[in-house]
Amino acid sequence: MTAAPEQIDVLDEAREQVLERGVGLSEAQVLKVLELPDDRIPELLALAHEVRERWCGPEVEVEGIVSLKTGGCPEDCHFCSQSGQFPSPVRSAWLDIPGLVRAARQTRDTGATEFCIVAAVRGPDKRLLSQVRDGIKAIREDGNDIQIACSLGMLTQEQVDELVAMGVHRYNHNLETARSHFPNVVTTHSWEERWDTLRMIRDAGMEVCCGGIIGMGESLAQRAEFAVQLAELEPDEVPLNFLIPNPGTPYENYPVVEGAEALRTVGAFRLALPRTILRFAGGRELTFGDLGAKQGMLGGINAIIVGNYLTNLGRPAQQDLDMLEELSMPIKALSQTL
Amino acid sequence: MTVFCSFCGKEEADGDHAFCRQRLSVIDPPRYCSECARRMVVQVTPDGWAARCSRHGEITSGR
Repeated sequence: MTAAPEQIDVLDEAREQVLERGVGLSEAQVLKVLELPDDRIPELLALAHEVRERWCGPEVEVEGIVSLKTGGCPEDCHFCSQSGQFPSPVRSAWLDIPGLVRAARQTRDTGATEFCIVAAVRGPDKRLLSQVRDGIKAIREDGNDIQIACSLGMLTQEQVDELVAMGVHRYNHNLETARSHFPNVVTTHSWEERWDTLRMIRDAGMEVCCGGIIGMGESLAQRAEFAVQLAELEPDEVPLNFLIPNPGTPYENYPVVEGAEALRTVGAFRLALPRTILRFAGGRELTFGDLGAKQGMLGGINAIIVGNYLTNLGRPAQQDLDMLEELSMPIKALSQTL
Repeated sequence: MTVFCSFCGKEEADGDHAFCRQRLSVIDPPRYCSECARRMVVQVTPDGWAARCSRHGEITSGR
């Protein structure tokens, strides 16, 4: 006798569908996972870890990031301390080329294979692209062959082509949240404009890095919607951030995402995106602390940002590298990415 | 001498800054000069930070 649909356990479904066949969960299934009780989190994480090992392998991709142009952004992303529209204490700053070269070297010295250059802008102007071009040239002249990614906002086709010519292999542009929630988070541009940039990046042959932030007032249903919208994009990498309620932003009084909820989200996103690089990004220090970071690494995550973020600080890189060693997780080597 | 909180910019002696200290110890570089409460220009890098006050100069994470 076939069980009624509501009696089928979603983790049993996921075991057959995601683990065995590599097919990500649907929106309704992701929502069921997000609604699992706390006592089923260990089972969820164990399955998500199996899925990650089966479809992505054991390696962990390590990345460092740096802000090339900080603050003064004209957009109104409500989570962001770099928006010029809010009374945030973050002031505008430009990193010079020697500083960028040092940051890339610091990142390479951790064993990372990725270095992402980020600017707080709506989209790059000629000055910014010129700075990026000069910066990449200087990083290479420093003898640093780390893979370079960029995150410079929305792009035109011409700018996409320029970045490809500079050797940028991956581009980050987060959709940030579910399409249905996006207008509550950003009003100065649309989710669709971001989507258009992502399609251009993909079509130009660059790797697509696209994720978002959990804890911006979205419902669980919208969190499930977001996971499936990301899966539809088929990104190479999904960075998973947890909201840092930064002073001066409209979200400064939002609560930090609670650890169990965050772990459920990690597991659910892995089951929606079985073959994607799923990266621990900003906010994990507040949300998880040290213990939770390990649980996340054993619950579907297979990439991390080490060291500091753009305007916030992370754990010392060595602490994360020690954690990976303790968990017997090998760091992806540069030779594997070339 | 008045000392200002480098997280919120208010006087250290004025109110409870436990939350500020917690943020500064986990995820935030200083944003306000402790001597004059001016907002500082802060550059975060992968292994450190530098914060510059237009009046009192630069402090760093000591990397």
